[in-house]
Amino acid sequence: MRIDGISIIGGHGRDGATEPVGRLDLNMGDVVSLVGPTGSGKTALVNDIALFADANTPSGRRLLINGAAPDESFLDDPSLNPIALITQHTTFLSDLPVERFLLTHARVRRSPRPEAAVAATVDFANQLTGEPILTDGAMTELSGGQTRALLIADAVVIGNAPVVLLDEIENAGIDRARALDLLRGYEKIFVFVTHDPGIALLSDFRVAMQGGAMRAILRTTAEERLVARRLMAIDAMLLGLRDRIRGGGRVGAADIDLTEAAVSGGRA
Amino acid sequence: MRVVMCAGPPTSGKTMVLLQAAARLRRRGHSLAYLKMDVQYAEEDVLFRERLGIPARKVLSGELCPDHCGVLIMAEAIAWAEAEGAGTFLVETAGLCLRCAPYIEGTLGVAVIEATSGMSLPRKIGAMLALADIAVVTKIDLVSQAEKEVFKANIVEAAPLPVIETDALRGIGIDRLVNRIEKAAPVGAPLRLKGLPPVATCTICAGKREIGWEHHFGVLRTLDSDLFYRGQ
Repeated sequence: MRIDGISIIGGHGRDGATEPVGRLDLNMGDVVSLVGPTGSGKTALVNDIALFADANTPSGRRLLINGAAPDESFLDDPSLNPIALITQHTTFLSDLPVERFLLTHARVRRSPRPEAAVAATVDFANQLTGEPILTDGAMTELSGGQTRALLIADAVVIGNAPVVLLDEIENAGIDRARALDLLRGYEKIFVFVTHDPGIALLSDFRVAMQGGAMRAILRTTAEERLVARRLMAIDAMLLGLRDRIRGGGRVGAADIDLTEAAVSGGRA
Repeated sequence: MRVVMCAGPPTSGKTMVLLQAAARLRRRGHSLAYLKMDVQYAEEDVLFRERLGIPARKVLSGELCPDHCGVLIMAEAIAWAEAEGAGTFLVETAGLCLRCAPYIEGTLGVAVIEATSGMSLPRKIGAMLALADIAVVTKIDLVSQAEKEVFKANIVEAAPLPVIETDALRGIGIDRLVNRIEKAAPVGAPLRLKGLPPVATCTICAGKREIGWEHHFGVLRTLDSDLFYRGQ
């Protein structure tokens, strides 16, 4: 089945009051962030989407696919589920070699060319993480960053899920700006749960959550896009310092001066 | 009265699945009763009685194999649940033996297995899965989408069953199970076990503990032979 978009019909917040946002429409190609303090209901909202909520979750929300209530057959065939959720706890438990495991998944997904799909997945994952993945090593031996990168790559390439939900990937040690660029190459709906201003401002729009309810939808303005680009410059500087320190090197006052100069230079 | 028989390895989440299902069934207006069968210790009956106010009891099999124990007591247990006025009787078995299955003909057999238990588990648990009517996968929040899909495919390959994926702790996916329970037909006489249990009346079961086939009677094997029968 072809998916053009999904909609979330608002329910109620934790206080029982009707959600200020009564309907959230996500169309193919949209990159959207859910923002709000801890406990504001971001994870509950992605869970509602992953579960095909039908007024049967605590929020009372309903999920529509292509404007209609989804068919239960989505849930019966492992290769048909259009929604992939990657949570902070999600991990690989299989100790199969990476390549063998991915091939198995590609076959379950009835990929016409499993080997090519596996190669594309590993390639995608390697672009997300700085540490190349060894395909004959065990899945469980991957580092945290490699695991998260491979989870995303697998959901996007082999799983080919039209809707990918990513819960706080900023903690995963992957390059966020690069990840967003790469993901935009795929015509999908990406929903990020995030505390990261860079991810939020690089999204097409963001949903502000509060008290378990969708409070407002904010479309990213042109000015915010510029702010995002500058944030990413700051981020790159911080990453540079981080790499130096992680590599056993030293940093001096000049490094932070340079960093500040580069950032304010971006303003000029 | 419809009877739901739940089996699954220890810690797979049977209790949480049934607790979540029971709360929803009650909200939908069903009257319930609950039985827990275990080997030497169980306190789940208290949970159902105190948290949900459902008539609940437990049976400890002690020296008996818990699935054999089920065969011996289930007719009376069903009569008890009916006397309690239950329209739906939830039975949670000990779920220890991977060779036999506790399901009774006409009941809804639910195999509960956890997504974290290794992707080849569906191939290892035999009758518990093959004789079930429905498989419930728990703890799906902890594993990758890829492993969920491969796990589910392995279940369907081992036994062509409907599979319901759940995160029972958060009540996720339980509604689908509840919908299925509501469709279950009432159980009727005669009550018969769905599958044959493995060699049961043997000298080992009867308490003879010497190691080595030459000490035993019944259906035996040596390290290299097929099964053979040795009478006394």
